[in-house]
Amino acid sequence: MTLRLSSAPHVHSPVTTQRLMLYVLISLLPTAAFGVYAFGIPALTVLLISMASAVLAEAIWQKIAKQPIRVNDLSALVTGLILGLNLPANAPWWMAMIGSAFAIIIVKQLFGGLGDNFLNPAMAARAVLLASWPVHMTTYVAPTFFSGADAVATATPLVLKNSALMDLFLGNVPGTIGEVSKIAILLGFLFLLVTGTVTWRIPVVMVGSVFLFSWLFGADPVMAILSGGVLFGAVFMATDYVTSPITPWGQVIYAFGIGLIISLIRQFGAYPEGVTYGILLMNIVSPLIDRFLPRKIYGHHKEAKKA
Amino acid sequence: MSEKKNLGKVLFNGIIPENPTFRLVLGTCPTLAVTTSALNGLGMGAAATFVLVCSNVVVSLLRNFIPDKVRIPAFIVIICTFVTMIQLLMQAFVPALYEALGIFIPLIVVNCIILARAEAFASKNAPLSSAADGLGMGIGFTLSLTIMGAIRELIGGGTVFGMNVLGASYEPMLLIVLASGGFLTYGLLLGLFNLIVKKIEAKKAGKEAGAA
Repeated sequence: MTLRLSSAPHVHSPVTTQRLMLYVLISLLPTAAFGVYAFGIPALTVLLISMASAVLAEAIWQKIAKQPIRVNDLSALVTGLILGLNLPANAPWWMAMIGSAFAIIIVKQLFGGLGDNFLNPAMAARAVLLASWPVHMTTYVAPTFFSGADAVATATPLVLKNSALMDLFLGNVPGTIGEVSKIAILLGFLFLLVTGTVTWRIPVVMVGSVFLFSWLFGADPVMAILSGGVLFGAVFMATDYVTSPITPWGQVIYAFGIGLIISLIRQFGAYPEGVTYGILLMNIVSPLIDRFLPRKIYGHHKEAKKA
Repeated sequence: MSEKKNLGKVLFNGIIPENPTFRLVLGTCPTLAVTTSALNGLGMGAAATFVLVCSNVVVSLLRNFIPDKVRIPAFIVIICTFVTMIQLLMQAFVPALYEALGIFIPLIVVNCIILARAEAFASKNAPLSSAADGLGMGIGFTLSLTIMGAIRELIGGGTVFGMNVLGASYEPMLLIVLASGGFLTYGLLLGLFNLIVKKIEAKKAGKEAGAA
């Protein structure tokens, strides 16, 4: 047995990584359940494959690198699930596998593992898949709701621009497995807020910023926040502890920036959707944001200015 | 610095211990830009090797005549001469490769490996060992570029040297032949190469300690 010496504080908190990740998993349940309900068995397969490959990739890497195997902290499972929810339901199985392996090994483990990755793993993997297999990543099927109808491949509402707002809100639109139902996402958000897993700041400011800028750029702001992955990204991906700033004002700037980039890409860029790139770009600058914002140092008082 | 260097050792130095791409991290611009296929990597490496050997020899021959203060412009003029030669030769004999490498052939002039070897080695050593150094560095550069080009071509296109390896059902991972894929492949290979070299060195040190 080794005796560990550490400096104060010695108070033990019951909040562990495992507990937080469990909360995130629970909050993702409505979204995942709705995705499977809407898109059927293919969606379930994609989710299961991406989760299993993420956990496996983490275990294999930690085995190779002779690190303690820590898949029990559930963080790989969360990454796998979020990546799966970011894929279209008809994504081929190998794409989910490659995406998960890339997220875990290259984005997370090569930079030092949980807590040291500078990009959100699921988000970076989605960007890689989008750049590598653009056709598979942007061929969406309309929800079938187990109606027996054959899946119909269509474009995202961001291209069609004709979906009814209610359909967008409920999730009766083509899109990735997780992003379609705004109601399910909001349920998850409520759970995260109540358990104190995330604060309201990043999601609310980010959605507000998308609303503001799409209005300024001449798009329909309500449609803008309800279509595509804005809500899903705001609640589950922009809030990643590791890759977002820690100061409250830093989080506001970060979320505001994401909204600005999303609106810029959507209105003036070549891509219909910009949530992935908005979050990734602000992930990269979040250490800078933290660095340039004054932080309150515990026990330190500002000296009164001498007259 | 002694004039009599072990030529074999000088030659080998550029291939593994001081591999320009993976150990010295020089010449990264052509490394990232042209390694979209194995053939491009090989062509770029061969052209750079020609320039390296020739400029090393000439710089070494002139090392006692070039005034210290103007040595960099003098080196550049020498390097330019050989780059112009290889550029015209490639344009005449391998026009397809010439088209594929494009601007990166004239840019061999500013390839830091060549200037670095002129400055660090050829200007201080005899012509023969300078030629060996240029050849070793050139081979190291060529090998690295070819390996990197082959990997990127395989993943990003399913082929190696234009031959289909992975079959028709393989769906290429486009990212790897894009710029970001170049950085990604380079970073991973750099890490892997250093890991292997470190392992070899540790083994050597262990053996020496055991023998002593």
